[in-house]
Amino acid sequence: MARVSIRINGVLHEADVEPRLLLVHFIRDVAGLTGTNIGCDTSQCGACTVIMNGRAAKSCTFLAVQCDGAEILTIEGLAKDGQLHPIQQAFWEKHGLQCGYCTPGMIMTAYHFLQMNPNPTEEEIRHALEGNICRCTGYHNIVKAIQYAAELMRGGAPAPTPAD
Amino acid sequence: MVQAPERLIGAEVKRKEDPRLITGQGTYVDNLKFVGTAYLAILRSPYAHARIKRIDASRARVHPKVLAVFTGEDLRRDGIGSIPVGWLLPDIKLPPHYPLAVDKARYVGDGVAAVVAEDRYSAYDALSLIEVEYEPLPAVVDQEAATRPGAPQVHDEAPNNICFKFAMVAGDVNRALAEADGVVRQRIINHRTSGSSVEPRAAVALYQPATGELTLYNTNQNPHLIRLLLALTMNYPEHKIRVIAPDVGGGFGTKIYLYPDEVVACYAAMKLGRPVKWVETRSEYLRATVHGRDHITDFEVAYKRDGTITGLKVTTYANLGAYISPFAPLIPTFLYVPMLHGPYKLPNVSAEVYGVFTNTTPVDATRGAGRPEATYLLERMVDLVARELNMDPADVRRKNVLEPFENYQTPLAFVYDSGNYPATLNRALELVDYARLREEQRRLREQGRYIGIGLSTYVEVTGAAPSQVAVSLGAQAGLFESAIVRVHPTGKVTVFTGSHTHGQGHETTFAQAIADEFGISIDDVEVVHGDTDAIPFGLGTYGSRSTPVGLTAAYIAGQRIIEKATKIAAHLLEAAEADIVFEGGRFFVRGAPERAVTFQEVALEAYVPRKIPADLELGLEATAFFNPSNFVFPFGTHVAVVEVDPETGQVKLLRYLAVDDVGRVINPMVVDGQVHGGVVHGIGQALWEQVVYDEQGNLLTGTWLDYAMPKAPDLPSFQTDRLETPSPVNPLGVKGAGETGTIASTPAVVNAVLDALAPFGVKHIDMPLTPERVWRALQAARGQG
Repeated sequence: MARVSIRINGVLHEADVEPRLLLVHFIRDVAGLTGTNIGCDTSQCGACTVIMNGRAAKSCTFLAVQCDGAEILTIEGLAKDGQLHPIQQAFWEKHGLQCGYCTPGMIMTAYHFLQMNPNPTEEEIRHALEGNICRCTGYHNIVKAIQYAAELMRGGAPAPTPAD
Repeated sequence: MVQAPERLIGAEVKRKEDPRLITGQGTYVDNLKFVGTAYLAILRSPYAHARIKRIDASRARVHPKVLAVFTGEDLRRDGIGSIPVGWLLPDIKLPPHYPLAVDKARYVGDGVAAVVAEDRYSAYDALSLIEVEYEPLPAVVDQEAATRPGAPQVHDEAPNNICFKFAMVAGDVNRALAEADGVVRQRIINHRTSGSSVEPRAAVALYQPATGELTLYNTNQNPHLIRLLLALTMNYPEHKIRVIAPDVGGGFGTKIYLYPDEVVACYAAMKLGRPVKWVETRSEYLRATVHGRDHITDFEVAYKRDGTITGLKVTTYANLGAYISPFAPLIPTFLYVPMLHGPYKLPNVSAEVYGVFTNTTPVDATRGAGRPEATYLLERMVDLVARELNMDPADVRRKNVLEPFENYQTPLAFVYDSGNYPATLNRALELVDYARLREEQRRLREQGRYIGIGLSTYVEVTGAAPSQVAVSLGAQAGLFESAIVRVHPTGKVTVFTGSHTHGQGHETTFAQAIADEFGISIDDVEVVHGDTDAIPFGLGTYGSRSTPVGLTAAYIAGQRIIEKATKIAAHLLEAAEADIVFEGGRFFVRGAPERAVTFQEVALEAYVPRKIPADLELGLEATAFFNPSNFVFPFGTHVAVVEVDPETGQVKLLRYLAVDDVGRVINPMVVDGQVHGGVVHGIGQALWEQVVYDEQGNLLTGTWLDYAMPKAPDLPSFQTDRLETPSPVNPLGVKGAGETGTIASTPAVVNAVLDALAPFGVKHIDMPLTPERVWRALQAARGQG
């Protein structure tokens, strides 16, 4: 067993873990944050993507012990004071999700991507999603959502009122 | 019947289910935590076919974290039976399918033992401590080869591995072939794919020994069906079982069935008296969750010089895999053969289908289920005829599509409910500017660039019904759907539906329709689904049935509520019932709209009676079981534009247009989303996805490293358009929209690639059209040239 402390969404989680414990299982089973999903065993699907020390990371590709001292942001930490993050808002507005299972990974991938590239083209967005698999949406509305999120984050058009 | 003004039907309402899903609060099965949970892992056969000579679990049993190890013998001894088949055909062979293999393993992935341990990691550790002595047996993978004399036998009960034979005939095909101006013969392979929801399967089973209650939380599309199959398999009383399908991370057909693993989880929970959780890994999903398609088909098509198609003769070998998955017999029969008439006048069709056992993962419905196979065959057929006649494929379609109709009796059993095929075809050609596209294609060819334009003109069948006919044809379950609509004292409404949503958005679309029906706010309507203790007996979601069957049931229950509410309103307003008008959420006296009570006031009166007489039953709630009189038949035309690099064989999808008619649309945003996802599912089969076995039955595509899922950079954005021809089958005029994209897109893309390759003389390539396959076809064509 090894002692690790990992800060997730601002809260420090300390535990004795098996050296083989995957970060994603630390997040889900030790910290109890189940918003981060698991979709494959081989780091193809990106459902488990979180932000680690400022960068998007597939949490199934890290051991918890490798992440001792890391700062992690998961989907649960994105909305602040009950206000959705613009990316969450955009996924809702643009119907960027159906079953929702890949969505936390998509949103966290977009979070890092839009920080690096606040004004992306469609092609750049599609390239950024190379490591995230969605079976429901055909990616069309995910791309539209990320374009719209970029607009919102640049202080563009205010969010339209909910459809009636 | 008076109707509330419609404000919500047809509107792009943002989804009610999204706030929890975009904030990480989804209730997917693996997210559920119960005190004392133990973890189940399944040991799976590494051989496609092997006799199990001995299982020694002694080392696993002494692992400090292991609670129990079970084998197939243990389950049989405790009375766990075979998983039932949900659709029977004449002379079908029904070998047993035990939840854990007994004596023989029949595919790579067949469960042979189960471990329950204190935690996930220990359960997997213990699997490697179980010693199984196998005697490998010869395996068969190819379903046509499996029927030949001397082929390895998967089950003793099925000689030559034939599970069933199915045939249908319309008209006189042999005469059509003899009298044709030309005949095209082609073998086409509709290869095996995986539904591949991003959430694999998962289960948590809980057992209360004191009451005998067994609760199964499970990733499934139809909790009552799972409960029924579980009761029959475990020989356990149905009313003591509760099945809950909470948030489900995609189904695509693969979560319709009761699987062995869920049965083992329930058995283990009962044996141990502890909650037992089982979560599938992706590599398990690809081995142990049903696959789709897998047809080998030979066809002959008869045509006249002017492009009229007069006859189609089909022989199909459908691979069923190692066991009969519960609805497998339905897919290559009633959901495939009658659809070989397609959207065409085609008067003569004959088809013969062999359902064949092989040493592979079982095959059942995945998105489209039978209709993609029929549509792919028909659309390739039309393009092959066009090629022979040197005609434009659009002209051949114009010549052969049915004229607009209502209730058209096809020569192959089905009565198409409503359709206007020329309208969607013409609309698609107009939107892509077909003539200009062809001109551009000609111009680019002169520059050595190869653009292809592919059409797919389809009709498909959704909302399967009526129950009595289905049962007479072999169904072991009805095809109705149920709903309870409960109006609470404050006028808020809960809709309990037998349909299940796992991405389709029913929590929103059903609420839109019911809020409109009552003239109330959508915020006042909640949709509950997925729990056998909450909802009426329902059949769940598959075959694009939720809107035409499930929503219709809720709508009919709503009409019953309005009928009763009108009586209550009459008492409140002291007017005759016949004089009460219901509009915009208000009941008023005809001619005196100021004499009114609101829907909410009527609801309160139903529970807190002030004026209604004692002989009027209290409460405001209605149940409906809707058993449709017919299926509904969505249709449309899709167009794909690709560019093929003749040096590398690389296909690039440049443009995609979908023109669909799914009847009346409740939420266009949701329907567009269904189309986008469906289209990509079908493109995936056309270009990338394939489940591959070697000749010994080893699965070569056992992870998403090898099974090529479509990804964002490989795809364009899509153009969608719709026409709305209402269905006469249900009061809302709706059809189903969940599978049209998948059904239409595969042939559109393949036709586009072969259109691009026309100058090289390449007529057909079997999918997936990977660069290697395209390149090889070009090399072969060049060699011949």
